[in-house]
Amino acid sequence: MYQNQTIAAISTAMANGGIGIIRISGDNSIEIMSRVFRPAKKKDMREVSSYTAHYGYIYDGERKIDECICLVMRAPNTYTKEDVVEINCHGGVIVMTKVLETVLKHGARPAEPGEFTKRAFLNGRIDLSQAEAVMDIISSQNEFALQSSLKQLEGSLRDKIVEMRKTIIHHIAAIESALDDPEHMSIDGYGKQLLIDIKSLKQDVGQLIDSSDDGKILKEGIKTVIIGKPNAGKSSLLNVLVGEERAIVTDIAGTTRDTLEESISIQGIPLNIIDTAGIRDTEDMIEKIGVDKAKEKTHSADLILYVVDMSRELDRNDANIMKMIEDKKVIVLLNKSDLDKKVDVDLLNKKMQENKNWKYVEISAKTHDGISDFYYILKDMFFEGNLSFNNEIYITNMRHKHALMDAETSLAMVEQSILDDMPEDFFSIDLMNAYESLGFIIGESLGEDLVNEIFSEFCMGK
Amino acid sequence: MAFLEETYDIVVVGAGHAGCEASLVCARLGFETICFTISMDSVALMPCNPNVGGSSKGHLVKEIDALGGQMGINIDKTYIQSKMLNKSKGPAVHSLRAQADKAEYSRYMRMTMENTDHLTLRQAEVVEILTENGDVCGVKTYSGAVYHAKAVILATGTYLKARCIYGDVSNATGPNGLQAANYLTDSLRSLGIEMYRFKTGTPARIDKRTIHFEEMQEQFGDDKIVPFSFTNKEEDIKRSQVSCWLTYTNEETHRIIKENLHRSPLFSGAIEGTGPRYCPSIEDKVVKFADKNRHQVFIEPEGEYTNEMYVGGMSSSLPEDVQYQMYRSVKGLEDVKIVRNAYAIEYDCINPMQLKASLEFKNVGGLFSGGQFNGSSGYEEAAAQGLIAGINACRKLQGKEPVILKRSQAYIGVLIDDLVTKETHEPYRMMTSRAEYRLLLRQDNADLRLTPIGYEIGLISNERYEKLCSKQKQIQDEIDRVKKVKIGASKEVQMLLESLGSSSLKTAVTLEELIRRPELKYEDLESIDLERPELDEDVIDQVNINIKYEGYITRQMKQVEQFHKLEMKKIPDEIEYDKIHNLRKEAIQKLSQIRPISIGQASRISGVSPSDISVLLIYIEQMKRS
Repeated sequence: MYQNQTIAAISTAMANGGIGIIRISGDNSIEIMSRVFRPAKKKDMREVSSYTAHYGYIYDGERKIDECICLVMRAPNTYTKEDVVEINCHGGVIVMTKVLETVLKHGARPAEPGEFTKRAFLNGRIDLSQAEAVMDIISSQNEFALQSSLKQLEGSLRDKIVEMRKTIIHHIAAIESALDDPEHMSIDGYGKQLLIDIKSLKQDVGQLIDSSDDGKILKEGIKTVIIGKPNAGKSSLLNVLVGEERAIVTDIAGTTRDTLEESISIQGIPLNIIDTAGIRDTEDMIEKIGVDKAKEKTHSADLILYVVDMSRELDRNDANIMKMIEDKKVIVLLNKSDLDKKVDVDLLNKKMQENKNWKYVEISAKTHDGISDFYYILKDMFFEGNLSFNNEIYITNMRHKHALMDAETSLAMVEQSILDDMPEDFFSIDLMNAYESLGFIIGESLGEDLVNEIFSEFCMGK
Repeated sequence: MAFLEETYDIVVVGAGHAGCEASLVCARLGFETICFTISMDSVALMPCNPNVGGSSKGHLVKEIDALGGQMGINIDKTYIQSKMLNKSKGPAVHSLRAQADKAEYSRYMRMTMENTDHLTLRQAEVVEILTENGDVCGVKTYSGAVYHAKAVILATGTYLKARCIYGDVSNATGPNGLQAANYLTDSLRSLGIEMYRFKTGTPARIDKRTIHFEEMQEQFGDDKIVPFSFTNKEEDIKRSQVSCWLTYTNEETHRIIKENLHRSPLFSGAIEGTGPRYCPSIEDKVVKFADKNRHQVFIEPEGEYTNEMYVGGMSSSLPEDVQYQMYRSVKGLEDVKIVRNAYAIEYDCINPMQLKASLEFKNVGGLFSGGQFNGSSGYEEAAAQGLIAGINACRKLQGKEPVILKRSQAYIGVLIDDLVTKETHEPYRMMTSRAEYRLLLRQDNADLRLTPIGYEIGLISNERYEKLCSKQKQIQDEIDRVKKVKIGASKEVQMLLESLGSSSLKTAVTLEELIRRPELKYEDLESIDLERPELDEDVIDQVNINIKYEGYITRQMKQVEQFHKLEMKKIPDEIEYDKIHNLRKEAIQKLSQIRPISIGQASRISGVSPSDISVLLIYIEQMKRS
């Protein structure tokens, strides 16, 4: 359903270094800001005057999120002619996302594409000549958002949501058909039965929210390719990152003959990670195909994780690889740091100096030593803007998460109504809200669903 | 040819539940009105179920009454059993339903019509709608007589090209063997109006003397009678009630039906109209819900002075001999004699998306319509539309803005908005789940919601309006008072709470907090509430409901605020959707067809996405500025 509320979005480029700005606009923006922002000098943030800047911190409850400067601009002299707050926090996806999430949690909703501009225009702020442009932005961006949103939804997530909605609509229909035809059907005591399902639905939604934090909802992230010569430990590394035995790991060189793909999130940074076959000159036809594929993937990658076996000396294969990834952004992972070091570190150092895009770190995929250092380097590259990815995907993810949270709230309200012993008709009000929120994620609304469900599942009438 | 020519302000075609409300409104607002009926003996006829109200329909009747319509008064006068349904549920779904004495209902409505100034009842079949420059200017009857009028309200119910069918028997009649109206459809088509063909059905009527009631469960009316009309009090209408009876179909019934399905006109394809899913025939139920081994059957009296009984739950279009077998297989009906056969009826109606929310046709000025003709079903839905069509025909002649009730104001608003905005492929029936703000649209507060509007229109007397205002004030004063009154933890209070099964007080609380406890209500606390004023029961009801459900009510009110913002954004009449190239194709097509009046209405059209709405908002702003 179309809503007119207070909206928020990250208004600087995602993954940009320096400062990130979260913009809030609408009737409640100052109120919402006052719930999450604690000024360093004590004052009532709801009362501060227009066009003032305030130094302080963003808190989610008692948890400090970031240090920031908060700009308060009161209607009508703002971009949207509504009350606007801009939170200037540290740049970087993680911080900005956390701040935005906190703002959303406290009452704003994620802005639709072009929505700030739309409001600016509707409120008379923007010149007539720009109307066409605004409409273009809205229709094209929404189309894109819709497409990418649907693309991003993994089959399993979609199925899960469809299944949850099915359970919900069935319960609503059961309640509503009984209310509609009380002499044919009785739902006395329905709450008991419903409560069991509500609890499990709530848990399911909760899990989806948690997994959206892990970034598992994201199908696309930074295209990352793991490369190295055979048996350097590429698959072991992938397993460490993914956290489960996914790639086949053996001691025999050349086990990974095709490429493996995983979407993961490392500390909030979404990576679309591809494990490749070890690169070596080979006569084995099947292995050769794998190697060719690895080269191809490397070519289109945003980031290369080059795994080097420290327990073996660099050879012709390594030289080939280094040549192949010369122009790429690379993190060299010196693996097997737990074994004797035989690799020529000087040669690598020289390479580093030549190429500013190369970083290196010693790790052990076996003992997990150095993995956190690797994360640190990755985050650094990301914050410095050396790595970036499609903004819209992140935003869509945020919208999904927000919708899931709405659904969770509605389910909690149903639960409360049951516990409070409210009559059954109160349950369906919040059940319908939950149904709509979940529908938002898969692009479906209530429409005639309920009426259809009632008539197909329940026998009514005269 | 000699034409009889007469001139009226408004012509109403049909004297069913929609036509009666429409005619009465127009006449009461002072317009010379003529109401045509195919038979003077079928004014306000109830050709199907012998009751008024029920879930969500009861709400409609109360709303009709609150606006100054007739249905509530008529049923209060002629009911023979009354029941408040869903009493154990929340107040939003409490629904009043009354069994009517059909003959009395019809007679009393006819009497009211006949005795209303400015209203003429006339038996004749209207065959043509006359127009001039795209506006309606009168009607012509079968005899060739012309009646000039500035507005015409169509309320033809199920009579247009009607056909009644059971088995292989098909009669070209309207309900109950009444004459069908076979000409008007063509006239409407020639005006460019798109027609649908719908169907519905009714069960048999049986002879009371042949029923074994001892085999059935008796269904009594309520002891406490709640009137439909806000102008009545319980004591005004209380009378002795008659019972209904409950029995069940069984596996034998279902066997008979299944074995004879091939003889049903529905299964053979002889019926082409679309039927409503909410009142399926017994054969539909048996086929669709094959796992159920029995269905309920309600035996309801058709009136006090007749032996005819209605077999609720067993409408059918099976052949006569199968009907006999099937009814006689039901417990208590073993020896039953049928008085009237069950039948299905097909009729022409319109695609209601051709109407504005005022119920005026978009393409024919001054032509309004209401009732089953608009693709709805049910007496109450019909009456509600008739009332609004009547009001808006008058408003048009008065040069005033039409009355369009919002979805947040009334079930009537939901009903009409759904009809004119959403595609219907079956007769539309009201349901409480269609009202998204149903906590606010209760049957108990229909007067508070709508009587001020009825007064504004001119259908509510000063006296009634003043009464309402004082009720409103009493409710507010009392809510304010109980929020302030502190109840201390005295011995008397603790004893009262204990006796009511409520936990004792630790500190003083307000009366409001006590009322909010699920096990307590306002009335229970009289002995500890010393300053309590004397209040009517309906005022006390409002205090209880408003306090007990305050959280939920406030939440819906906030949603309504959001909703209103979009309803207030009007779309200019002259907008050309195909010029807005940023709209998606489907949106352009739907918007051009429906031509919504507000952004809110546009957003409810299936196939119009939120981004289409955004584009539309900007386009309208652009139109405004240039």
